[in-house]
Amino acid sequence: MKLKALFIAATLVLGGILLSGLDAVHPFGVPGDVAMDEYFLDHAMEERSSENVVTSIVFDYRGFDTLGESAVLFTALCSVVMLFRKGRK
Amino acid sequence: MANLPFVVVGLLFLMGLIAIIAENNLFKIAIGVGVMESAANMFLVVLGYRLKGDIPVKFLPGPVDVYVLPTPQALTLTAIVIALATSALMLSLIVMLYRHYGTLDVREIRRLRG
Amino acid sequence: MRKPLSLVARTVCDLFAWFLIIFGVYVIIHGDVTPGGGFQGGAIVGSFMALLLVAHGGDRVLEWVKASIYWIMLFVGLMMFIGFGLRGIPEGAFFYNFLAVPHDVAKTMAHGLIPFSGTIGVMDIAVGIEVAGGLTVIILSMFRGIVLHDFADSRKETGHDG
Repeated sequence: MKLKALFIAATLVLGGILLSGLDAVHPFGVPGDVAMDEYFLDHAMEERSSENVVTSIVFDYRGFDTLGESAVLFTALCSVVMLFRKGRK
Repeated sequence: MANLPFVVVGLLFLMGLIAIIAENNLFKIAIGVGVMESAANMFLVVLGYRLKGDIPVKFLPGPVDVYVLPTPQALTLTAIVIALATSALMLSLIVMLYRHYGTLDVREIRRLRG
Repeated sequence: MRKPLSLVARTVCDLFAWFLIIFGVYVIIHGDVTPGGGFQGGAIVGSFMALLLVAHGGDRVLEWVKASIYWIMLFVGLMMFIGFGLRGIPEGAFFYNFLAVPHDVAKTMAHGLIPFSGTIGVMDIAVGIEVAGGLTVIILSMFRGIVLHDFADSRKETGHDG
């Protein structure tokens, strides 16, 4: 019991130190570097003629990340189906 | 306190972490992991906000001049699907543990050792 | 877990479950015009099987459902996604958008079968089919593996509060 209370106290101290460092992130509502997003917002309609900018980022400008995510979903599905087969005891 | 939304998301993450450390039931540990993943996704969305901005879809909200940044929202879509995959696998492993040991208490499983 | 729910719940489920499929397909197809897309619509279609399993009980649903249809949906979606990615290699790079039409030219053309945004709209449908089939396979295999095993004694559990 003493060890668990010590762990919780150490987590709270470390959490307090990290939370006070959140002021160094940019002030809320005024992001710093917006060059890449300005390019996406201006040119997604001219080049690709799609009105949804988020979908054109997910499937066209960064389509390789979507391929990796499909691989993760397929791997988790195969693991779950393998665990629940009927022949196991 | 200047950045209040960031501090709220950080407190949510800390609560999920304390739930993993201090609980004895296996299902409550899995709920704590889910809360931590949701806090991380919310932090990504809060990072890309501009004051008085509209959704980044053209021609839908009418004439607008300031848009919200679209890149963190695209990254959050991927992170949500990965959180779904990990929680499905975690729950299946909890069912397998219960079948093998007969109990859901972490202290009993640590004592039995196979 | 195995007996069906009351008559009111079963009637509402019979009336309401098909609208879930229509709404999900609407969100998938309008992926490049309104907010939404492939993953969100696939999750909405995947909740159709969960509603059927809860309302009608496990025994009656597991008699007539075949899991092979959903495995085929999963494979078709994934192969379409990778195929359209590899098809763009002779044109430029991997995942190159070789079907897109720029906005100045698209204002003068009439609508055809393939939308003007090119592979964005086609890959939306492929990912939607894959996620719908995948979530249904996960739900069916977990339900079949848990219910068919009899858990005898649940009073020996510790770890609850009080």
